[in-house]
Order: sequence, then structure tokens, then C-alpha cells
Amino acid sequence: MSPVIGVLAIQGDVREHARCLEQLDVDVRLVKTAEQLKGIAGLVIPGGESTTMSILAVKNHLFGPLRELRRQIPMYGSCAGLIMLSDSISDGRPDQETIGGLNITAKRNAFGRQVDSFEIDLHIPAIGEPDYHAVFIRAPLVEAASSEVEVLAAIPAGKSLTGTDQVVAVRQGNLMATSFHPEITSDLRIHKYFVDMVRSA
Amino acid sequence: MATDATGTGVTGTTRVKRGMADMLKGGVIMDVVNVEQAKIAEDAGAIAVMALERVPADIRAQGGVARMSDPDMIDEIIQAVSIPVMAKARIGHFVEAQVIQSLGVDYIDESEVLTPADYINHIDKWAFTVPFVCGATNLGEALRRINEGAAMIRSKGEAGTGDVSNATGHIRTIKGEIRRLSSMSKDELYVAAKELQAPYELVCEVAEKGALPVVLFTAGGIATPADAAMMMQLGADGVFVGSGIFKSGDPVKRANAIVQATLHFDNPDEIAKASRGLGEAMVGINVSDIPVPHRLAERGW
Repeated sequence: MSPVIGVLAIQGDVREHARCLEQLDVDVRLVKTAEQLKGIAGLVIPGGESTTMSILAVKNHLFGPLRELRRQIPMYGSCAGLIMLSDSISDGRPDQETIGGLNITAKRNAFGRQVDSFEIDLHIPAIGEPDYHAVFIRAPLVEAASSEVEVLAAIPAGKSLTGTDQVVAVRQGNLMATSFHPEITSDLRIHKYFVDMVRSA
Repeated sequence: MATDATGTGVTGTTRVKRGMADMLKGGVIMDVVNVEQAKIAEDAGAIAVMALERVPADIRAQGGVARMSDPDMIDEIIQAVSIPVMAKARIGHFVEAQVIQSLGVDYIDESEVLTPADYINHIDKWAFTVPFVCGATNLGEALRRINEGAAMIRSKGEAGTGDVSNATGHIRTIKGEIRRLSSMSKDELYVAAKELQAPYELVCEVAEKGALPVVLFTAGGIATPADAAMMMQLGADGVFVGSGIFKSGDPVKRANAIVQATLHFDNPDEIAKASRGLGEAMVGINVSDIPVPHRLAERGW
């Protein structure tokens, strides 16, 4: 039986994530309420606007169930989803709540405003060759990570604007997150990596 | 379009421009004229704010030439909120757009709500790194704007009226024309492109995908939670609310309610809950009472 993977459908590129997952032989459920979280084997938190997503998750009483669930099933967050899974945020609104679970500090809009959004090829050993074409849109960055956090990808110092490695994809146990948006490209390797996590959980 | 020879990222691509609009889907974009309103919008769960000097209802009431906002005011709003900030440039006024881009705004609305600066040409939006949203009343107009580089389309409606009928008409027209294209055989698309006055390649792309290649929001006359939910049920990716919130009796409640109704657009119980106790809606003007030359949706070509 194919597992049911939820996509948090508060806002953002829900449809694109659903489309990617559907190509990987899983059942997809769009989730807006606590009730709809029941029975899913994994959850994707899509790209969108993290401030808005957080405010609406509070108003719709989703944080309690989501925090409980992240201890039980794999979750993957892209862009705003990375912020939602971070234990702490720098540069966010002081009252911005997150689901947490990834022991990292995420810096919001770390690369600048929309005019600074960019595309770049990344080497990601966990998904193999060739390089992965990553799209960053008002993207966050993993500013700090504890030792339990595995770095899946970084923009190398030579290519980054800061001249240091910039961590843009991480995994800690059942949780993974990327600063970039695999859902708006046709390369399914990141989603496949997550679906494999769900299947082996 | 900026490319960096050192191999660092490429900015201003079609994908990051259109992708930015993808991130706004399912959201409400609110017109705001000052920091206080911007904060109310953000707290209510707006996905972005549109910074402008006067909301459409006031532009309509006061008359005169409506132009780009004061850069100081746009700056203050950028500083005050963490959600994306949009600003309006006049149709065809590419220098206003250059100024807005230099301020670091996240999206430019080349808008019929302001007085047009060019009655023949729109802005060449490919020349910018910042993405643009443009209004459209029908599919041909939407495709002409996309051909000029728009990365997001909003159906126009009739701004500043609180009368949703034109918004309904425009989204139905655009969606209907897309469905019609999808049902055509390939050789009929040549004539369809001629009739739509739109490029053949874009017409084929829409016919094949059954959707615009960019995100489609609605705007113009949305004043209640039910209005917003109806736009979503008609297939909009999100809504712009202009005068409807800050010209109403209780902007905080109404802003929250419209966001909730947009989120739960397919759940009448939630829309009902959101519709309670909102106080006065904006007074509103029937579009049919506005003489045709004063209708904003007619601007754009």
C-alpha cells in the first residue's frame, strides 16, 4: 500500500509539492486542519511566506498537533518550511512560532529581497550525480547547526557571496529541510529522498 | 537580468520571478497606506502588502492624477513588516518602475488604478530584475502582459467600488477562455491566437497546460469573506483586497476574516464563522453607476 503523505496547505506552493509527490507513487493529502493530520505517514511543509504560515497556524490551532507529530513521522520543509522546522530564527518577528525539531538557527531572507533571488547548481552527495539545479526565492539560510545535524548541501565558499560555506540543506533524524525549492523544478531527486525516508521510517 | 561571471547564482530569471508569485498562492494581498495598516495586515495573516498613497476608493473620490507612492512611505513599510512589499507604478511608466526596483520592493504592480503614463505601450518588464504583476480583464490581455514579462496576473475587477461583479466577470472570462483553448485542435490555435491578439507560442502553452504559465490572482471590488472565498472557488490562486478592508468599520476584524475565508474557501462553515460580527462593510458603489470613461478596468491595452 502506498503511504499517505500530507502537504501543509495553509498557503504557498502546495500544488507543486503535491504534483512532485504524486509522481513518486504515494497518496497525497492536502492538510489544513488538525483532523486532516491523522493517519499521514509523512508531511511536507511547502515554500511560502513563513510569517504568514506561522500566524495562520496559530490562528488555526495547528502548532500543538504538528509539534507532537514531528516526533512520530518524517517531515520535510522547503524554504518557509525550513523556517517552520527550525528551533530558532534570526531576523524573524519576535513572536514568530515554529514547529521546531531541527536544532538549527535559520536566518530569514538571508540572501536579500526578491531582486536577489537566484538559481545555482549544487553538489548534493545524498542524491548523487549530477549536480542539482537549485532555485532560491527570498530564501533562508542555516546560520548555525548543532552537531546532531547532518549537512546535506552547502553553497561552497568560492561561489557564495559571503565567501564562506552557506548551509542550504540539512537533515536531523526524521526531519529534513532545504532553503531552495525542488518543487518548482522537474528534478524529483529531493522528493524521492524524502519519500524513501518515509518508506523506511 | 544579472549574471555573475564567477559562477555565483543567477538573479532575475523567469523562474525566480514566477516562483516568487508561486509562494504567494492561497494568500491575501492587502492595500495599505501607512505603517499602522501594514502591521494590521501582517498580523491578520496577509501574504504581502501593497504600499500606496491612497486606496482606490479615495483615488476615485478625490480624482486627479494618481502616481507612484513617496519612496519614504514605501521604505517605512518595508522596514515595518517582514512579509513581501509590493508597490504600484503607472501603466507604461518605466522610470517609476526603475525607482521602485531601486527601493528594494519585492513586486511591482503596473496598475490601472493609477493614471496611465502611456496610452499605447506597457512597461517592458523583461528589462527588470524585480518581478511584475499586471491586471487583465480577459485571456488576450493576460497573455499580452505575460509576453511583456509579467510574472503574475491579477484579474482586474473594478477597484475601489466594493462591487464584486466585475471581478467575477473577469475571472470567469479568463478561466472560460482557457478551457475553450484546451478543447481546440492544434490547427485552430492559429486563429485563436489572432483573435486573442496574443503570441501563438503562449496560446499553445496555455492550451496544453490548461492554465496560465503564471499565477492568477483576482482583484477589484472584493469586500467580504464570502467575496474572497468565491474568487478562490472560481479558481483564483489568491486575492488582492484594496479598499475593502481599511474602508470598512472594523479593519482588524475584516482583515482577519478575509484571510480565514481565503484559507478555508471550500468550507462554508468556516466562511460563515469568518463572516460574523464584522461591522459595516465599505459603503460601495455599483459599477453600473460609474460612467464608462471613469471605469479603471478599461485602462490597459
